Amino acid sequence: MHEAAVHPHAPPQGFLRTHVFSVDHKVIGKQYLDLALVAVCTGMVLSWLMRLHLAWPTAAIPGLDKLSPNGAAGGVITPEYYLSLMTMHGTIMVFFVLTTAPFAGFGNYFLPLQVGAEDMAFPRINMTSFWVTLVAFLVLISSFFVADGPALSGWTAYAPLSAVGKDAGPGQGLGQTLWAISIAIFCVAQLLGALNFIATTLDLRTKGMSLARMPFSTWAWFITAVIGLIAFAVLMPACILLILDRVAGTSFFIPSGLVISDRLQPHSGGSPLLWQHLFWFFGHPEVYIAILPGFGIISHILPVFARKPLLGPRAMIGCLIAIAFLSYTVWGHHMFLSGMNPFSATLFSVPTLIITIPATIVTLLWIGTIYGAKLRFTTPALFCLGFVSVFVSGGISGFFLAQPSIDTYLHGTYFVVGHFHFVMGVAAMFGIFAGTYFWFPKMFGRMMNETLGKWHFWLTFIGVYCVFMPMHYLGLAGNVRRYSAFTDDYLKPLIPLHRFITIAALFTGAAQLIFLFNLIRSRFRGPKAPDNPWEATTLEWATTSPPPFDNFGGKPPVVQRGPNEYGVAGAGGADYLMQAAPEPAPAR
Amino acid sequence: MGKLFAVVLTIITVVATAIFVMRVWWLPADISVHGPWIDHQLMETMLSSGILFVVSQLALALFVWKSGDRREGRKIKIFPGGAVPMVVLATVLVGAEILALTFVGSKVWASIYQTPPDPNSLAIDVQAEQFAFYFRYPGADGKFGGIHPELMNEASQNFFGLDPAHDTAARDDIVVPTLAIPVNRPVLLTLRAKDVNHAFYVPELRIQQDFVPGLVIPLHFTATQPGKYEIVCTQLCGLGHYNMRAYVEVMPQEQFDQWLKQQAAQQ
Amino acid sequence: MRTHSIAVLATVLITGGLARSASIVGAAPPRPPGAAGTISGKVTYTGTPPKMKPIDMAKEPNCVTQHAGAPVLTENVVTGPGNTLRWVLVYISAGDQGSAPATETVRLDQKGCQYIPHVLVLQPNQPLDIYNDDPHSHNIHPLAKLNPEWNRSQPAGAPPIHTKWEQPEFIPVKCNVHPWMHGWHLVVTTSHYALTGEDGAFTLSGLPPGKYTVTAWQEQFGAQSQDVTISGSETKPVNFVFKATPY
Repeated sequence: MHEAAVHPHAPPQGFLRTHVFSVDHKVIGKQYLDLALVAVCTGMVLSWLMRLHLAWPTAAIPGLDKLSPNGAAGGVITPEYYLSLMTMHGTIMVFFVLTTAPFAGFGNYFLPLQVGAEDMAFPRINMTSFWVTLVAFLVLISSFFVADGPALSGWTAYAPLSAVGKDAGPGQGLGQTLWAISIAIFCVAQLLGALNFIATTLDLRTKGMSLARMPFSTWAWFITAVIGLIAFAVLMPACILLILDRVAGTSFFIPSGLVISDRLQPHSGGSPLLWQHLFWFFGHPEVYIAILPGFGIISHILPVFARKPLLGPRAMIGCLIAIAFLSYTVWGHHMFLSGMNPFSATLFSVPTLIITIPATIVTLLWIGTIYGAKLRFTTPALFCLGFVSVFVSGGISGFFLAQPSIDTYLHGTYFVVGHFHFVMGVAAMFGIFAGTYFWFPKMFGRMMNETLGKWHFWLTFIGVYCVFMPMHYLGLAGNVRRYSAFTDDYLKPLIPLHRFITIAALFTGAAQLIFLFNLIRSRFRGPKAPDNPWEATTLEWATTSPPPFDNFGGKPPVVQRGPNEYGVAGAGGADYLMQAAPEPAPAR
Repeated sequence: MGKLFAVVLTIITVVATAIFVMRVWWLPADISVHGPWIDHQLMETMLSSGILFVVSQLALALFVWKSGDRREGRKIKIFPGGAVPMVVLATVLVGAEILALTFVGSKVWASIYQTPPDPNSLAIDVQAEQFAFYFRYPGADGKFGGIHPELMNEASQNFFGLDPAHDTAARDDIVVPTLAIPVNRPVLLTLRAKDVNHAFYVPELRIQQDFVPGLVIPLHFTATQPGKYEIVCTQLCGLGHYNMRAYVEVMPQEQFDQWLKQQAAQQ
Repeated sequence: MRTHSIAVLATVLITGGLARSASIVGAAPPRPPGAAGTISGKVTYTGTPPKMKPIDMAKEPNCVTQHAGAPVLTENVVTGPGNTLRWVLVYISAGDQGSAPATETVRLDQKGCQYIPHVLVLQPNQPLDIYNDDPHSHNIHPLAKLNPEWNRSQPAGAPPIHTKWEQPEFIPVKCNVHPWMHGWHLVVTTSHYALTGEDGAFTLSGLPPGKYTVTAWQEQFGAQSQDVTISGSETKPVNFVFKATPY
C-alpha cells in the first residue's frame, strides 16, 4: 500500500470547473450516470418503436416520418429502419448504459470513497475519459441523421454485411462507418477508465484497507476494470480494421467473389469469421463487464438490509475472479453454428458450462445470506431480491444455450433474446436501480421517495417477467430473432403472444417514468439525508452526504476491519461496526 | 412487504413453469433421424434446469417470507455450515449435471456435424443470397457445373453464375427455389453464400447452419416424414432477412423423381 | 355533349386496346412549321434466343396465388410471333433538333411481384410515382451510376414514392426482397422514342428534316444504331436485327 499518489488538489473555482470540466471523481461519476440516463431513455424509446412494429407492422407512428423520411415514410417503419432501430437499441444499451452506469458511473463515484482515497489516481485522465465517452455517444447518435440511415447489422456488426459498404443496402453506408468510429472512440475511453480504476485500487487504499478488507463492490469494479482492459484492447483494433475495409479498400473480413447489388465486390483474402472471433473475444467478457458490477453492488447492499454479513465473503471474491478468468475462454459459444470447426464447439461448451458453477455459488451465497436475515424492505433491498430472482431466470436459460446440440435448435431464436435480456436488460438494470436508490442519499444529500420507489419496483418486477419470460416460449416454438415482421406460415400463430409482450413492454416502460420523476424530484425536494441513513459499514458512509470536495475533509480514515460486520455488537447498541470506527468499548 | 414478495415470486414461478410443462408453446414434431437425440438432450436439460429454477426461486421466496418476521428479540441466523454447503452443492450437483450433459451432448453434436455423410446421399447445392435461397440439383450427368460469380444474373434466372455456353456440366443443372427431397434418403447439402452471412434453419428437421461467404459448408440429414416445411434464415443479412425463406418438400422417392423431371424440362 | 363523350370514350378504348400489341410512343413535340417525317420499322432476331422460363415465386405464396394458372415468364428476352422482340427501346440518339420536356407523371407499379411495366421510359426530371399494389413489402433498388443510386423499402400501405431521374441513363432496377423482380428505367433526353410491343414494331414521327441516328437497345443483346436522313415528310423504314444466343 502506497502513500497517496495524487497530490491533493485545491477546490475548483467557477461554475465550469466545478460542474462541467471537473476532475473530481464524484462529478465525473454523476456525469457518467446522467449520460447513461439519457442513453437508457433513448434505448427504451427505440425498444417501444420496435415492439410496436412487431405487434402492428402496418401502423403509422406519428412524427417518425420527420426523423426519417426514407425509413418511415408515412410513419410506417420499413424493414431496414426496424433493423436500424434494433441496432441502435442494442449498441446504446450495451455500451452507453450497461457499461457506463454500473462501472463508469457508480464505480467512479464510489471506488475512491470505498478505498478511503481523496480521488482517483489520475483525475485529469478520468475527466478525459468521460468527455471521450460523450463524444462517442454523439457520433453514434449522429448516425440517425444521415441520409442512408443508421447501421442495421446489429450491435454485433457481422462482416461482410458491415464491411462492404453501401452496396450491402440501406443502413450500410455512412451510418455503419459512424457506428464503427463511435465504438472505437468508446474503447479508448474505457481503456483510460480501466487504468484509473486499477491504479487507484492498487495504490490509493487508505491505511488499514488491505485488499481482503475491500468492499465487494470495490472488488467487482476492480475485476471489471481488468476484464475491460483486455477486452476493449481487442475491440478497438477490430473496429479500426472494419473501418479500413469500408473506406480504405482493405479486405480483412471480406473474401473474394462476392456479388452484392449485382456487383462483384473488389475484395479478396479476408475472413468473415475473423470478425466474429475478434468481436466475441471482446463480446463475451463485455457481458461480464455489464453484470459483475451488479454482483458487487448486490453483495454490497444485501447485507445492509439483511442486517447480517454476506455469506461466504471469500468464496464470493473467489467466484468473481473465477468468472472473470473463465469469461475469456468461452467466446466461441456465440459461434457454434458459425462455420468454424464443429469440434471447437464442443471445446467452447466445456468452460461455458463450467462458468455456471461460480455463477450458481454466488446465487446460493445471496440466497443463503437472506436465510435467517431480518430484512428491512426498503426499495434498494427489494431490487436486490429482484436481482437474485431475475438472475436465476436468465442464468438457467444460458444452461440450454451452452450446449451445442441444443443450440442447433435454439440459436438465433427468441430464446436467446429472452436469455440475454434477463441477465443484461433486467438483472444488470436491477443492479443499477439498487445502486441508485441506495447511493442517491450519499450523492445528493437527499432521500428518494420510498413509496414511489416501491411502486416502481413492483410494476417493474412483474412487468419484466411478462415481457421476457414469454420470449423463451417463442424460442421453443422456433421463432427467429431480428425479424422486422412475422410473415412466415409457422410464425403467424405466434403474433398474439408478441402483442402481449408489446403491451407488457409499454406498461413496464411507463412504470419507469415513476423512477424518473422520483429521481428528478428528490434531487431538489427530497428530505435531507443523514451521513449514514442505511446504517452501513463501508467508508462512503463515514463522511457527509454528499461528501466534501476531498471526500474525507483532509482526514483519511484508518480502517480497522472488513466491510461485512453486520449482526455484531456495535457502538451504542448498534448491530453493525463501521470499517473505520474504533473498537467498541467491551460490554460491562 | 416480504410476504408480498414471496407470494408474487411464487406465482410467477408456478405460472412460468406450468406454461413450460403444459407445452402451450412448444417445438414442432421432429422429422429427422437425429431429431429424437436433440429432443432428448433438450428434455434432460429442461428437467434438471427446471428443478434448479423452481427450487432456487421458491427457496428465495421462503427465506424472504421468513426474514420479514418482526418478532422482538429475534436473532439473525447464519446458514448452517456457512458457505461450505453452497460451494459443495454447486460444484458437485451442477458439476455432475454438466458432465453428464456434455458427455451425451457432444456425441449428439458429433453425429450431426462431425460425421461424414452417407455415401449414397442425394447431393444438392444451396446458395443463400440477399434475400432468397436457391437450390441446385446436378441433373442427368450427376455433375455440378462451375460457379462463376461474374456471370450471375438474376433477370435471366442464372442465380448460380453457370456458364452453359462453355461448360457442358452446367447445361443440365436444375436450379429451383424449393428444396424437394425424398423421404428417408440421406441428403447432403453444400452451403454457399453469394454476398453476406445467412443461415439455414428448419425447426422440424432440428438443423441449423450458417452460410459464410468464402466458405463451402456441408450439411447432411435424413428426413423421415413427408410434408412441406419452411426453411428460414436466422443470420441477420440485411433488410429482407425477415422475408428470406424457402420451402422444403419431403416426398416419396417416386414423386420426387417425377418432380425432378418436371423441373428439368423447365430449365 | 353525350355524343362527344362517347367519341372520347371510344377513342380511349380503341387506343388502349392497341397499346399492348403496338408500340408505346413518346409525347409528340410541338410540330415546327413545315414538313415532318417518320421513321418506322420492326425489331427482330436471328438465331436461338434464351428460353422464357417460368418464374417460381415460391417464397412469396401470395404472388404465386396472384398468378395461378398463368405463371409469369422471365422478361429479359421477350419474343413474339415472327421472331419479333418486345421491350426494345428505339430512340433518336443523335441529331434531335429539340424536344419539349415531358411533364406528365409516369407510373411504376409493383404488382404480383413484378414491375409493371418491365421497361419504363422517361425523360430527365419527369415525375415518377412508384406504387406498391401488393399486400407485402417490396424494396426498390435502382442501380444507377450517373444518377444517385438509392434503395428503399415500400411496405404494404405505404404512400407512393415520388421521385425523378435527372441524368440520361439506362438504369437497371431490382427488388432486393424478390430476386426475380427486375426492370429498367430508361432516361432519354429525346421525346422521339418508342418501346416495341410483341409485334416488334415501332414508329418515330414528327421528325423535322435532318440527319438522325436511331438506336435500338435490348437489355440482353445490347444496342445497335443506324443513321437516317429525313428530307421531307416521308416515312423511312428502318429495321433492326439482333443476333440471339441461347445462353
